[in-house]
Amino acid sequence: MRTWNEISYEIQRVISNTPIAPGAYILKFKKNSTFIAGQALALGISEDIEPRYYSIASGENDDEISILYTEKPDGKFTRILSLLKPGDNLMVSKPFGKFTQLSPFPVFIAAGTGIAPFMSMLLSGKAKGAVVIHGASYPDYFYYSEILLNTLGENYIRCCSRCQPGSFYVGRVTDYIKQWSGLNINRPYYLCGSTEMVVETRDILISRGVPISSINSEIYF
Amino acid sequence: MVSLYGKTLSELKSIVDAEGLPSFTANQIADWMYHHHAESIDEMTNLSKKNREILAAKYIVGLTKPERVSESADGTKKYLFLVGSNRYIEAAYIPESDRATLCVSSQSGCKMGCLFCMTARQGFQGNLAAGEILNQLRSIPEFTRVTNIVYMGMGEPFDNLENVMKSLEILTSKWGMGWSARRITVSTIGLIPAIKQYIVQTSCHLAISLHTPFDEERRMLMPIQNVYPIADVIAELKKYRFSDHRRLSFEYIMFDGLNDTPRHVKELVRLLNGLTCRINLIRFHPIPNSPLHTSPDERIFQFRDLLTAKGIFTTIRASRGQDIQAACGLLSTKALQEKGRK
Repeated sequence: MRTWNEISYEIQRVISNTPIAPGAYILKFKKNSTFIAGQALALGISEDIEPRYYSIASGENDDEISILYTEKPDGKFTRILSLLKPGDNLMVSKPFGKFTQLSPFPVFIAAGTGIAPFMSMLLSGKAKGAVVIHGASYPDYFYYSEILLNTLGENYIRCCSRCQPGSFYVGRVTDYIKQWSGLNINRPYYLCGSTEMVVETRDILISRGVPISSINSEIYF
Repeated sequence: MVSLYGKTLSELKSIVDAEGLPSFTANQIADWMYHHHAESIDEMTNLSKKNREILAAKYIVGLTKPERVSESADGTKKYLFLVGSNRYIEAAYIPESDRATLCVSSQSGCKMGCLFCMTARQGFQGNLAAGEILNQLRSIPEFTRVTNIVYMGMGEPFDNLENVMKSLEILTSKWGMGWSARRITVSTIGLIPAIKQYIVQTSCHLAISLHTPFDEERRMLMPIQNVYPIADVIAELKKYRFSDHRRLSFEYIMFDGLNDTPRHVKELVRLLNGLTCRINLIRFHPIPNSPLHTSPDERIFQFRDLLTAKGIFTTIRASRGQDIQAACGLLSTKALQEKGRK
């Protein structure tokens, strides 16, 4: 179990905690220290409860930090997190992590809340020419889709595993990557999601000729 | 029914208190399970019949025999265990002339996603309880022959620190199995907060999966580099004192053309300067469709010699159990997990 003993943190007040889809929320609080898009931080509500790590979803120049999270069915922490109201206290660590070094014309591949670090990079103006491929089980879970559609247009690809055919690719992200005609082996690839999704996507990219040096992965743990 | 095996003495005390039994009963239960290797509550004959009945109403010892064993031509055995109702794990028993090492799993699957590891490809199914970790030792026929335990099987031990620490407490306590901490090594990819806790609270050996001293390369091989860069891990380790009594080793899988050059030796020497440690070079055991290949033996020997000449004690790990997929990095129960889902 991770503990708060070794993590320095400050108490922040929640500004908002908004449901954006069934079981999904965006939590906002004041930005007290600078961060680099792609970094994460630890959140907590009590020293007795294990800290949880979340990627920052807001831009580097925003006044507030945004965290995208989903309520886990058996998750005590996310259940409590979802009940936080404006003004409530929150334990917040300093930003950390090195999933931050972007090469030009990146391809971002995410599943679920794995979109968060890429949103931060896009909102920070650091991902010019990006393609975003996002996987979700239902249309509601394409977080930030309005912004992404407006800014990326056809470079925003949604893979929906449980949708009817329509404006989405019907299938998993990995199915899409297997047959993606636009795959360019010379572009840098950035993956974020569950270990299974990241490992499978990475293997597919490698099998399609993308050098391992062009693949950078962030995992949930 | 709740398993007693894998409970620490303090947990056993809570249980007997809750059941209204005398507090010394906890020591008796620990003694029966961890010294006398009792497999059922009925065998605990210095507990009164009534107290055994009270315990047996809710608890069992909870040992689980392996489901399957595969044996390598070199004598290595790979044991498959069912944990819970639908998860599988593997343990590897590696006999040598002067010792017998058991490599245990700490999780079913793994979250860390290392490029070179077969376990990563099955994703993560769950943490093992302390009893499920220790059961891998207790329930194999070679139980009494095992001289060393390494936490290098499936999973990242420090991502399941609470249960790993409980299992170590049981292994090394006088009321437990009474093992010397010097016969136990826990291997991690470098989760810094857990490393600190482990170093302070145990005396067991520590192994770190290093694999390259360069940030970019390590990020490519191990996503954890994005969270805990190896330079930060080393800086943390330099705050502590290691020796032969409390050994610090670095595991280094040799990948052809990737991390096996004199440039890597030079950077390793710089990075590890000031640490009392050793490096364990490991041949890469190929996994399907991997872009990685093992370095030729000649280069592995050269690499070892160059490091040795720079004052770093370096060994080459013998590859064991490769023909039964029991060698380093090959443990996986993905096929069984998928079969279970259908």
